[in-house]
Amino acid sequence: MLNVLKIAARNLARFGRRTFLTAALITVGIVAVLLFVATTGSFKTIMVGQFTDALLGHLEVHRRGYVASIDSLPLNLNMQPAMVEKVEQVLKKMDAVEAYSPRVKLGAMFSNFTETTSIRMSGVDPAKEPATTPLLPGRLIEAGGDKQGGALLKPGEILIPELIARGLKVKVGDTVVLVATNRDGSVNGKTFTVSGVLRSVSGPSGKDGYIYIDDARALLRMKEAEVSEFAIRLKNPAKLDQAYAQLSQELSGISGGGGSPDKAGMGGNAGAAGKGGGSGLEVHTWADLSPFSSIVRMIDLLAIFIKVMLVSIVLISIMNVMMMAVYERIREIGTISAIGTPPRRILALFLTEGLLLGVGGTALGTAISLVVIYALNIWRPAFKFGMQQAVVLSPSVSAVDVGTIAAMVIAMSVLASLQPAWKASRMDPVTALGHV
Amino acid sequence: MALIRSEGLVKTYRAGEMDIPAIRGVDFTIDAKSFVAFVGPSGSGKSTLLNMIGCLDHPTSGKLTVIDTDVSTLDRRAAAEFRGRHIGFVFQDFNLIPVLTVYENIEYPLIMVQNWPEQKRRKQIVRLLEAVGMAGQANKRPDQISGGQKQRVAVARALATDAKLVLADEPTANLDHDTAYRVIELMKKMRDELNTTFVFSTHDPKIMAEAEGVFTLEDGRIHQPSPKPVAVHA
Repeated sequence: MLNVLKIAARNLARFGRRTFLTAALITVGIVAVLLFVATTGSFKTIMVGQFTDALLGHLEVHRRGYVASIDSLPLNLNMQPAMVEKVEQVLKKMDAVEAYSPRVKLGAMFSNFTETTSIRMSGVDPAKEPATTPLLPGRLIEAGGDKQGGALLKPGEILIPELIARGLKVKVGDTVVLVATNRDGSVNGKTFTVSGVLRSVSGPSGKDGYIYIDDARALLRMKEAEVSEFAIRLKNPAKLDQAYAQLSQELSGISGGGGSPDKAGMGGNAGAAGKGGGSGLEVHTWADLSPFSSIVRMIDLLAIFIKVMLVSIVLISIMNVMMMAVYERIREIGTISAIGTPPRRILALFLTEGLLLGVGGTALGTAISLVVIYALNIWRPAFKFGMQQAVVLSPSVSAVDVGTIAAMVIAMSVLASLQPAWKASRMDPVTALGHV
Repeated sequence: MALIRSEGLVKTYRAGEMDIPAIRGVDFTIDAKSFVAFVGPSGSGKSTLLNMIGCLDHPTSGKLTVIDTDVSTLDRRAAAEFRGRHIGFVFQDFNLIPVLTVYENIEYPLIMVQNWPEQKRRKQIVRLLEAVGMAGQANKRPDQISGGQKQRVAVARALATDAKLVLADEPTANLDHDTAYRVIELMKKMRDELNTTFVFSTHDPKIMAEAEGVFTLEDGRIHQPSPKPVAVHA
């Protein structure tokens, strides 16, 4: 085999320019794909990080049917204290969970006493929420003096979205009113002091604010410590699927008995389908809850498309080169066949030439890509994305990705050589020797 | 003892609707260790006959036995194996592999056709290089040596696997007379030293005079079976 390899390498060297150009084409393809995978991977990680670390958490737990009707934030699908306690027990027990935050979600009318608009509020625990969504404090573009290093929220305070602050000309320190419809249909109002203005994660139309969780319960006149959702931060986001499966399993035994949906108030849909088997609870990943997941899927599709293009380039260029090699060496093939070289060895010789082209181009392409990726990580280019002013790109590519792409290209190189190699091995020696 | 035996050998090529006879029923016998030439004008069937003896082509009918094997029935793979084991080839255009050195060209069949261990290989190649007078050119590529030297290397390659039979199709056609004569002398010397049978084709009367047996072919028939030729070389 070593001798076949040696002769194949010399044959490639004999047609140096053609070999170089073909290998260069493969190299450029590999560089393009690896850089695309690395940069889009970085972009995905940053964007996913924005959503998970500033808003959603990695996983969320809801009462079954809540997410199906999440637009109306149905109060009748809140978790009751018994259920809340069981969920907290499960979350505390799970090693994969770094932090969790119970939230009370509500829709309300926001008023500055002269104008009114709708707002979506999250009642949160100011200690647990930043631990679960650590980028939340960083979203504050205006804040009261005691926010630096202090509690995110105090009772009676409200963090409002930038859109509402600008639209209604509300500043930090202003007093505002929230009016919410309670579970029984009655209306309640409560005044708050604006303690901060938040940059929106979800774009310029975001209308999400935060208040203290007990204030939310008071505004909604809850008699018990209900929770709309638990946002969960994982120690290792890469193990999201395992954590999701484990949590779903752990929660499957918790029924909705802790307070069944008593009526379909607030547009509730108790019968909505959801995840979590027969449990009264359902678990969702950030991807289930964020529209950005479709962009992620698009990026993944693009990556597949680029890989297919690379494979096509490799396939066509190597097939072309190997067909040329066979055509130009017909007499030589006739000679080696005449002196008794078995057809399988002639096949192996040409396959090896294709393999070497693929390996050479791939090795060079991978090396260049890794150097460029390393350089990008030193340079750390920043760009503006949505509401983010300076998203820093730090591309990285996993060994699995490099291995997969390299294996794919090398396999394609051999596959593309198969037809010309087969033709060479089946060549009639008399015809080949007589070729002019 | 007959090394090659042909009985009613016929080869017909088909071109479109036409059958073109190349060999029209020839009978001959060639003994082991002989030095025999097929002679005749272009198109007389010399190369076709050598191709069939060398298992590169199949006869249309008749029987052809080479080294106790009926080669007319060998399939592609068996024919390649038979060639690799028993037959060496010398071509008119030398047909050395351009990317390999002289040494490696001789080594090629020992690696790619048979699988000789390195030490045995080296010993054989050195012996052959000395025998064909190319020991000093071992590391040169084919494009760095003359035509006569190339044919010497080709003879060495043909003998590398200890072939019992070497077939040479117009081995001197691309060489000047002196060089051609020296190549024929070399082939004869190798026959004497190694007891290998040499069968070659030529249309050069001076070269055919060096053969110990001559079959004259004309229109696919043998006209003059194995007379003792007259040496015409000065």
